[in-house]
Amino acid sequence: MTAYLKLDHIDKSFARGGAVTEVLKEVSLDIAKGEYISIIGHSGCGKSTLLNIVAGLTQASTGGVILEGREVNAPGPDRAVVFQNHSLLPWLSVYDNVRLAVDKVFAGVKSRAERHDWTLHNLDLVQMGHARSRRPSEISGGMKQRVGIARALAMEPKVLLLDEPFGALDALTRAHLQDSVMQIHAALGNTVIMITHDVDEAVLLSDRIVMMTNGPSARIGEVLEVRLPRPRRRLELVTDPSYLACREAVLKFLYERHRFVEAA
Amino acid sequence: MSLTALKNEAIASPVAAKTRSAEIVRLAPARPAVRSNRFAGYAHRAAVVVVPPFIVLVALLGLWELLCSGPGATLPPPSTIWQDSYDLIVSPFFENGSQDIGLGWRVLVSLQRVAIGFGLAAVAGILLGVIVGQSVWAMRGLDPIFQVLRTVPPLAWLPIALAAFRDSNPSAIFVIFITAIWPVIINTAVGVRNIPQDYRNVAQVLRLNPLEFFAKIMLPSAAPYIFTGLRIGVGLSWLAIVAAEMLTGGVGIGFFIWDAWNSSRLSDIIVALVYIGVVGFVLDRLVAGIGAFVTRGTAA
Repeated sequence: MTAYLKLDHIDKSFARGGAVTEVLKEVSLDIAKGEYISIIGHSGCGKSTLLNIVAGLTQASTGGVILEGREVNAPGPDRAVVFQNHSLLPWLSVYDNVRLAVDKVFAGVKSRAERHDWTLHNLDLVQMGHARSRRPSEISGGMKQRVGIARALAMEPKVLLLDEPFGALDALTRAHLQDSVMQIHAALGNTVIMITHDVDEAVLLSDRIVMMTNGPSARIGEVLEVRLPRPRRRLELVTDPSYLACREAVLKFLYERHRFVEAA
Repeated sequence: MSLTALKNEAIASPVAAKTRSAEIVRLAPARPAVRSNRFAGYAHRAAVVVVPPFIVLVALLGLWELLCSGPGATLPPPSTIWQDSYDLIVSPFFENGSQDIGLGWRVLVSLQRVAIGFGLAAVAGILLGVIVGQSVWAMRGLDPIFQVLRTVPPLAWLPIALAAFRDSNPSAIFVIFITAIWPVIINTAVGVRNIPQDYRNVAQVLRLNPLEFFAKIMLPSAAPYIFTGLRIGVGLSWLAIVAAEMLTGGVGIGFFIWDAWNSSRLSDIIVALVYIGVVGFVLDRLVAGIGAFVTRGTAA
């Protein structure tokens, strides 16, 4: 069976001056359709670089990304990114931010009225329909991130890429958004790759957790399958033994075997 | 989940609001007080803005009157100016013949030149600025040349313009253009260079074409910088037009000053200076106001 999304022997090195820094080494991963993958690792291990390569924003030095049997090496709306700092355009309203994406992706496919409805539908999906005429500067960080997710979902991407989407949010807001993302994933069945540095978040949301070793020359250290039934409820999981086992496995990987060395 | 629940409750509870209406009624009498408070607030703020400069103005005029009233004074005091140039001060738009017209008309003629020259400079400056901001090679090639050319004083361009256009009006407009364009180019280039990588990433993921990127990302993102350049440019234009008109002649406010000097009408010159200052101030505020309107909410 061929994978839906295949990361094929990706190496990435940056050359600055005469020095070459190898960031990623031999990263290979097969992802099935509808799978929720988390990539976790210490900061500086190249997780964001890896996501950018999948998004096409950065080119791999060798190896590549194959989506539905075709190589992708340029950015496109089939791999929508939710950026860490939301990246909404501050001069557009919430509605117009999503509409810009809808207009671009569905130009000639949907009529004007359909694009309007689709924009509203996606805003409602993240419960932001009520704030559609507000500017990004007028809404909270969690709401901005919701709009960022709506914009990404509105492109009907084959793969949804989340780059530490909840990293800048407080714990309560983060929990709400995680629940929202779980609901959306359950309803739409998106294929998702999420970068995170939060162990609980990774275990709660993912089907598989990809653990990266420390850079330079980071590679995939271990892949952990999370065999928890969905829908998952965070309160019930707190005492669930298999949840705790997964959590322990990730923590052990991160803090015992690949302790973050500041000098590295 | 609970966030949603809260919101739903807030939206779907007009009934609940009605049951609490008794408390709202009690607040009603307080309203007029709030409004008069707000009015007092506006009046207070207006007074804060208007009163101090007014007092300083009166004091300066008094000092001027005192210094220039003596028998040996070389400049006219305000009272003499008021008598000598009464018609110029009170009626800006009289017309008694081709050269005897109100200062308002002269200012309009100068403004027309500025509008054309500055308009061309704005369009060309933004386009050049975008090129310099976007392309490293364009910047390396053009930036040093811009940096040298922008230090040339506006009037130094005038002889060359006169030689090229063989007419005074296009020459004056060219001087405006060449004066105003540098700050527009430089600020636009800085604005374009400072477009956050995030916005560029968004544009790439959406596959915006260059034209869409220009209109939907670049212009709005660089707008605060562009308007800073435009504001500096319009100020410089207004400085340059007066000087240029002194040399090229015609009907503008600059030539009026030169003409008044040649016929020793010092009072008229001082009135013209006030006109120039006020118009320059208004131009600056106008561009700043447009900028504030266009870039509202741009701060992330």
